Amino acid sequence: MIACLTPSERRIGLFLAVCLALLGLVMAAVGKQDPMAVHGFMALVLGGGLFFAIGGTLEEPAPDAARLHRYYDDPIKVGIVLAMLWGVFAMSIGLWVAGLMVWPDATFGKAWSSYGRLRPVHTTGVIFAFGGNALIATSFHVMQRTCRARLADQLSPWVVLIGYNLFLVWAVSGYLMGVTQSKEYAEPEWYADLWLVIVWLVYLVLYLRTLKRRAEPHIYVANWYYLAFIVVVAMLHIVNGLALPVSFAGAKSYPVFSGVQDAMVQWWYGHNAVAFFMTSGFLGMLYYYLPVRAQRPIFSYRLSIISFWGITFFYLWVGSHHLHYTALPTWVQNLGMTFSIMLLVPSWASAGNALATLNGAWHRVRDDATLRFMFVAAVFYGLSTFEGSFLAIRPVNALSHYTDWTVGHVHSGALGWLAMVTFGAFYSVIPQIWGRAGMYSPRLIEWHFWLALAGLLTYVFSLWNAGITQGLMWRTYNAAGTLNYSFIDSMEAMRPYYIARFLGGALFLAGICVGAVNIWLTIRGAQDVAGDRPFAPQVAE
Amino acid sequence: MSLFKAHYNLEKHSVGFVVAIILAASVGGLVEIAPLFTIDETVETLPDMRVYTPLELAGRNIYIREGCYACHSQMIRTLRDEVERYGPYSLAAESQYDHPMLWGSKRTGPDIARLGGKYSDDWHVAHLTNPRAVVPTSIMPAYPWLATTSLAVNDLGAHLATLRTLGVPYTDAMIANAPRDALAQARPDSEAAADVVERYGEATTLRRFSGADELTEMDAVVAYLQVLGQLTQAPYTTETTP
Repeated sequence: MIACLTPSERRIGLFLAVCLALLGLVMAAVGKQDPMAVHGFMALVLGGGLFFAIGGTLEEPAPDAARLHRYYDDPIKVGIVLAMLWGVFAMSIGLWVAGLMVWPDATFGKAWSSYGRLRPVHTTGVIFAFGGNALIATSFHVMQRTCRARLADQLSPWVVLIGYNLFLVWAVSGYLMGVTQSKEYAEPEWYADLWLVIVWLVYLVLYLRTLKRRAEPHIYVANWYYLAFIVVVAMLHIVNGLALPVSFAGAKSYPVFSGVQDAMVQWWYGHNAVAFFMTSGFLGMLYYYLPVRAQRPIFSYRLSIISFWGITFFYLWVGSHHLHYTALPTWVQNLGMTFSIMLLVPSWASAGNALATLNGAWHRVRDDATLRFMFVAAVFYGLSTFEGSFLAIRPVNALSHYTDWTVGHVHSGALGWLAMVTFGAFYSVIPQIWGRAGMYSPRLIEWHFWLALAGLLTYVFSLWNAGITQGLMWRTYNAAGTLNYSFIDSMEAMRPYYIARFLGGALFLAGICVGAVNIWLTIRGAQDVAGDRPFAPQVAE
Repeated sequence: MSLFKAHYNLEKHSVGFVVAIILAASVGGLVEIAPLFTIDETVETLPDMRVYTPLELAGRNIYIREGCYACHSQMIRTLRDEVERYGPYSLAAESQYDHPMLWGSKRTGPDIARLGGKYSDDWHVAHLTNPRAVVPTSIMPAYPWLATTSLAVNDLGAHLATLRTLGVPYTDAMIANAPRDALAQARPDSEAAADVVERYGEATTLRRFSGADELTEMDAVVAYLQVLGQLTQAPYTTETTP
């Protein structure tokens, strides 16, 4: 793969590898006993490894000029494999933490394996590692195909992929060592946050440079969503991550905001991580792979415009619905509720647009499990956004907040929407970029589909029941006018639901394992079909 | 329609499109967040509100490190059943020195915003060491290593100084004596104990929290848990029925 880089790209790559190794060396040296030193050591090893890998190819001849007439798919392949590896890992951790709810002593008495440290490994692993790698990989694919242009250069996609995965390894290993800001979905410490900003800027610049080379006058709607994902996530990450380190030689920092302002910034970030990471980017995926797989054009161009700008504008207002009846001023809570309800319009416009696109292709939904993944994803996108607007209504939230209903809601989105659309997209793109006639086994795709659907339904039904039971028990009064249940009563009542949730998670995990095996068998086989080429060749350098 | 026509042109310009995204996405945050820093009523002024002592802050940092926020909220809502179950609803001022806030979003375990003073130190030590020894059906993880890990106190001054930069009113004397104060708070009969009270107020709890001779992480965590809801008495003295 490195031999595909031009000699000048190899030299720049070598220089960057040295910089990374030096950064790691400095972090390891100043960090001494601090966990930051461990992360410095990781960067040093990675930088050193890249140095030798690239250095060994410096003398090799420049790549064939014909490459400029082809798409650049190597980083997409690596991104997909990484996403699947992270997915299996993060969902396994998810199964473990679900098990801890039933068997709390399954931690071996070790600090790193207690629930509070493993839980962010699971959330970061699924959302940012599985989801993030899937988004980066598919965005590279979608932008090239919809622009009919090759990626602007061959080096920056690798900077994005490798840099982003270094961030993930820092984040996940940090939690296990106790390095966390305890800001939900934004746990990594200051140096990892800064590193991510650099990686993300490279990503944005690469995206814009590739768009500039497009052979199509219009930017296709999928790219709008990927762009919103990149731009708004950067904005959220930078503001919410503002922190002052105690010392530049250690991991610990204190966020600049406190109390009620910190709560609002955190949930402005937190809910829009859902919006722009888990929704916007994956809508980009849906808008490309669903019509391609269904062989139908998008139902409505105007509906796409309305839903895109509705989502981009409304979502940023709704974070305060996580803070109903708290010490946050009521006017902000009410704004959050109002916009949450309005948000249903663009959300259902998107879901409806996707489902209407399938009109005339329902026989394919029936016969093709890959398309069925995306169909279920669109349905669960519609269901989850409806549930989200519903839960944002203050009196409903009074019951649901702090309960497992919220966890069920998040998983209806994460499993039913995010993971389902990703699997559909992967099964569509893998044969194409690896040059195969199809996936190794269509039967295994069917197995994956039904395992995932069974797991998803088991999971969300058990936690819906759990959450509503919890919420009702907490507010039940007896005839004497006092609270009828102690807290521990409500915790004991959760046990059957937690067992059911564990089983649901196990089914979903089994599904992704089947998927990973199928993908492995597909890419291990011999190439039998030529990859596609751009219609209008562009010069890369 | 001309709006669709305008969009038809906009989607030919990538940089213009990015600028439009930034503009559309900025409004919500500006309207909802910026005023929280300027409207005085957002955070109440409580005369007796005190800062965390170095020992309590160290305990809070362990609470952060272990990810306790994932299962315990520290925010009692203005709902009748919550006030009756947990105590007066939380005021914004109570977390004004919390960088970050730890309001939480999930109650796998109960809210602990008003935990301070409800249980004895011994109960907390036994509970943290093995929750099922005191609450048989509890599903909380056990934290036995807290009692065997000595507390790192040497850099506590730097922690206080960092927080002062961010607006927490720590004095020079608090910063200079942070390690000493951390030890003294858990050694009520030591000479330095009186200085802790002088610096942090009469309401500061001085006890041998873990009961052990060495200052461990258990002392810090228990000191923190015992100060939850006790940094000010305002919620208990004013009318807080919703």
